[in-house]
Amino acid sequence: MNIVVLLKRTFDTEEKISIANGQVQEEGAEFIINPYDEYGVEEAIRLRDNHGGEVTVVSVGGEEAEKQLRTALAMGADKAVLINTEDDLDEGDQFTTAKILTSYLTDKNADIILAGNVAIDGGSGQVGPRVAEGLGIPYVTTITQIEVNGKAVSITRDVEGDSESIQTSLPVLVTCQQGLNEPRYPSLPGIMKAKKKPLEEIELDDLDLDEEDVRAKIKTLDIYLPPQKAAGRLLEGDISAQVDELVGLLRNEAKVI
Amino acid sequence: MFTQLKPEIDQMKQMVRNYVEREVEPYAQQIEEEDKIPQHLIEQAKELGLFGISIPEEYGGIGLNAVGKAVILEQLGRTHNGFVSLISAHTGIGSTGLVKLASPYLKDKYLPGMAAGEKIAAFALSEPAAGSDATNLETRAVKRGDKWIVNGTKHFITNAPVADVFTVFALTDKEKGAKGGITAFLIEKDFPGFTIGKIDKKMGLRGSYTAQLIFEDCEVPDVNVIGEVGMGYLSALKILGEGRVGLAARAVGSCDKLIELSASYAKERKQFGKPIADNQAIQWMLADMATETEAARMLTLKAAHMIDDGKKVIKEASMAKLFASDVFNRVADKAVQIHGGMGYVADYPIERFYRDARITKIYEGTNEIQRLIIARKVLEG
Ligand SMILES: Cc1cc2nc3c(=O)[nH]c(=O)nc-3n(C[C@H](O)[C@H](O)[C@H](O)COP(=O)(O)OP(=O)(O)OC[C@H]3O[C@@H](n4cnc5c(N)ncnc54)[C@H](O)[C@@H]3O)c2cc1C
Ligand SMILES: Cc1cc2nc3c(=O)[nH]c(=O)nc-3n(C[C@H](O)[C@H](O)[C@H](O)COP(=O)(O)OP(=O)(O)OC[C@H]3O[C@@H](n4cnc5c(N)ncnc54)[C@H](O)[C@@H]3O)c2cc1C
Repeated sequence: MNIVVLLKRTFDTEEKISIANGQVQEEGAEFIINPYDEYGVEEAIRLRDNHGGEVTVVSVGGEEAEKQLRTALAMGADKAVLINTEDDLDEGDQFTTAKILTSYLTDKNADIILAGNVAIDGGSGQVGPRVAEGLGIPYVTTITQIEVNGKAVSITRDVEGDSESIQTSLPVLVTCQQGLNEPRYPSLPGIMKAKKKPLEEIELDDLDLDEEDVRAKIKTLDIYLPPQKAAGRLLEGDISAQVDELVGLLRNEAKVI
Repeated sequence: MFTQLKPEIDQMKQMVRNYVEREVEPYAQQIEEEDKIPQHLIEQAKELGLFGISIPEEYGGIGLNAVGKAVILEQLGRTHNGFVSLISAHTGIGSTGLVKLASPYLKDKYLPGMAAGEKIAAFALSEPAAGSDATNLETRAVKRGDKWIVNGTKHFITNAPVADVFTVFALTDKEKGAKGGITAFLIEKDFPGFTIGKIDKKMGLRGSYTAQLIFEDCEVPDVNVIGEVGMGYLSALKILGEGRVGLAARAVGSCDKLIELSASYAKERKQFGKPIADNQAIQWMLADMATETEAARMLTLKAAHMIDDGKKVIKEASMAKLFASDVFNRVADKAVQIHGGMGYVADYPIERFYRDARITKIYEGTNEIQRLIIARKVLEG
């Protein structure tokens, strides 16, 4: 099976993030594989181990994304491709990324493409579905289970906490949701082996794309941290007094009713 | 020079950090209370290859250089020191003799199992009458045909109750003593005449066990001599020398953890209407903790780099061990102080680190012995 994983390098939202001049500051931030993509890497490795074939991880980004690709290789992926846009693009959006990935994947005959449900930085959830549309293959989002039997694919997907079963067939693109699996740690021998695995680097030119073809359709006006959460408030007194007070607060202070 | 890590070492550092934080830390309190490391953590450590960091790739390990090992041990030092002892006694003093000095036969026979963590290793030099004065061994080995017959008692041997293979030092020529009369042997736990004695009750390092080894006419095949007959004392010094850098690295990792815990406690704990971190008295403690830890890290990395450059590091390895273990004790003491009463009770990890820190000034050569070694080198000029 020819398995492809779309992988993004993102900052770790569990670590401290600071913003200056409308940009997330790279200094001091920790960078990781987008956690939803990590589920994709893990599932791809399991599919390959069960069905044979090869796992390729692909990232659109800058030179630094090599580290995250190497981590995927250390987990067990077979090869990696970095589509380096550093020199060609100042900014991009989901359209940009999806367009580049679609061009790259057009002649690759992937059986399964695994993407993250969302990237934890932008949080748009668009790249996976856009790539599938571009390639003209079916897609299923937020999957929590996948089984492949010949060409037939059974999938369970998360629908806002409930689950839905879907039957489809290869080729297919899926986006991975929490609960799909527990990603493995790259082992130390895995990290050593990853050094020798192929990591190909290409640029827009190699895909016959130029800047115009992938120009972002979204303009970012500002980036800012969410406001600090105020301390909670405890209501006291007997229940009916508390309910009255709560309704009053919701109406007059929070202005939601 | 010291801070730029090779990409793969950086990746390993990240992985071990995540593993320790997410998988081991949640069990630290349990390890302390039950004096036992959960088996699943040991299995996970095996799968991740942590038991093979010193063993060459051709034998199934990853053959890290000294800097790589120091980086990994530093990350391991961030968690329960008993858990770390199991791994570091194996990868450090337990493996080094075989890796650096043993015959191809012994390497083929034992290293693959050790790299996988299937065979746990221990290092047995200390005896009741031979602590700092390691040359005063009473354990004897006498050659009989193609076997050696070993008699004697070792004590305080880390990993003894769980180990499968022991690097054991015995007197083979009383006349020559340290100068050609001590030999290192690879002894398996099932060799006839070898039993494990009582397990020590310790101040700390719970989950890691030390015990006596008792040899009564224990038969050891001649092929199990590590290195040359009579050259055991030099071997021991070499093994311990490299081990010291690893011990220093673990101490530095523990300091990092204590500083993080102390800083976050100081920011949250309010007295007199403000966080205690607002008091200069607390800030100065944190400043000293951080500065000394950084200095210990640099000394440790310097010694590790020197090993990798093939230089003699007797002095620098002793300095790293001496300084890092002293710093660990000072940092742990300040961490207790910053935590006030919370630093003294077992609900918090601080008092555990405080107790675990203490042994680092004693084993793998007491800090007095380290000073002796350093002074000798300084006086030699
Ligand atoms: C938890 C634990 C784990 C251990 N693990 C191992 C192991 O895996 N393998 C192993 O072989 N050993 C191990 N040991 C033994 C350890 O290495 C010794 O305890 C250590 O070397 C000190 O020896 P000693 O206890 O006999 O103390 P002693 O040598 O009796 O020292 C007592 C005091 O006298 C001082 N002293 C001694 N000689 C001098 C001198 N010439 N000048 C100045 N001061 C001096 C010492 O510094 C110390 O303060 C372990 C010990 C412990 C407690
Ligand atoms: C084993 C044990 C027995 C005890 N027995 C008793 C008992 O019988 N009865 C009883 O009433 N209490 C008892 N205590 C409580 C003990 O008195 C307190 O733990 C102690 O007063 C410290 O208070 P704290 O733990 O809240 O630390 P904190 O007051 O939170 O102090 C934390 C740190 O901040 C520092 N700090 C705080 N304020 C300042 C400041 N303004 N400037 C500079 N530094 C500051 C402290 O010196 C300390 O280093 C006991 C505690 C223990 C651990």
